[in-house]
Amino acid sequence: MSKPLVATASLAGCFGCHMSLLDIDERILKLVELVDIGKSPVTDIKTFTQQYAVGIIEGGCCNSENVHNLQEFRKNCDILISLGECAIMGGLPAMRNGIPIEECLNEAYLEGPTVHLNTEKIFPNDDELPMLLDRVYPAHEIVKIDYFLPGCPPRADLIWDALVALLTGKELELPYEVVKYD
Amino acid sequence: MERVKFQIDNKDCEALYGQMLVDAARDNGVYIPTLCNMQDVKPCGSCRVCTVKVNGRYATACTTPVACGMEIESDTEEIHEIRKALIELIFAEGNHYCPTCEMSGNCELQALGYRFGMMVSRFPYQFPQREINTDCQHLIIDYNRCIRCKRCIRTIKDKKGKSYFAFINRGDKLEVTMDKEMAKTMPLKVAELAMENCPVGAILLKETAYRVPIGERRFDKKCIGSEIEETDVKVFMGELNNE
Repeated sequence: MSKPLVATASLAGCFGCHMSLLDIDERILKLVELVDIGKSPVTDIKTFTQQYAVGIIEGGCCNSENVHNLQEFRKNCDILISLGECAIMGGLPAMRNGIPIEECLNEAYLEGPTVHLNTEKIFPNDDELPMLLDRVYPAHEIVKIDYFLPGCPPRADLIWDALVALLTGKELELPYEVVKYD
Repeated sequence: MERVKFQIDNKDCEALYGQMLVDAARDNGVYIPTLCNMQDVKPCGSCRVCTVKVNGRYATACTTPVACGMEIESDTEEIHEIRKALIELIFAEGNHYCPTCEMSGNCELQALGYRFGMMVSRFPYQFPQREINTDCQHLIIDYNRCIRCKRCIRTIKDKKGKSYFAFINRGDKLEVTMDKEMAKTMPLKVAELAMENCPVGAILLKETAYRVPIGERRFDKKCIGSEIEETDVKVFMGELNNE
């Protein structure tokens, strides 16, 4: 029997959740026995070529590319998991929510204390660059999300226990220390 | 004072007549979750987290005096769901960014989220735009996190009994404000108490953040309410999602 395929993505996140995944230490050997990791920044596979069992989403949506990616994941994964505070409620990137986009761009590219070289006073506007959204959206406001694993980052034990429970169909029992929002 | 007998979840209990239900329950080793309530402070019943069923009808345990023969339901799936929803509502209403909050680990709202196994709020996050006030020499007031529990208004007073804090506006515009003149002369000890009494990270003492390391904070290892309950705390972690 072939192993279930897992995909991961980091949208508007800091890769901290992916780092926390590596914190499962030697259990990573068991993980390889349990699943195949396909499309993911870890493997550098960039496209879906078949249906996946599980998709793990780090980060919310702050631009059009994030939305496109997330929708691709929903289409190609049976189960989608929001991993970490950013995917769940926007997290740190969402601290710009409520501030007008123009004000954010001005601060970043024109008036910020570290802006020295932008003498022509332009905002980056190449066609290749994804469009910023009006605000940062939690993943479940864009597509249906099946499971949520909170934390900043989510504890490695939480990720491990949840993945194993999901893949083996066993009931999930989490110790108190494992579920935290920070 | 007259003692009365009543039941919480079929457990026989005894308390002083007229004692509020949360206090009566506590004296009998039963924890009813609270957020706005403080022991020995006049209750105001603003958060509704202590909702129980008294003889089949919903009531807030912090404002309901105990009476003879009351039958109270507290640790049931129905009540649990209501309380969890209330916590989720509070999380969605304000800007509760736990990762950046100085109070994280010591926050009662967060601790209740842990207790009820909240993985995500099922309500849409509102992302309101709110101010941060630093007028007081000792305090930072972060309105992003204020849950309008009225604890500061009820407990932080000067020697003459005048409150440093007050409510302004009404409805969804209701907010806590601080008396500008009084803020200037607030003694450090009063400021410390204000931070201590705030259940979330809305009132913070300046230059004191992150003194306690992760792992040693109030709710890092101990579930809120575990100090009251006789038995091991049962944390509801049944399902990962909220649907």
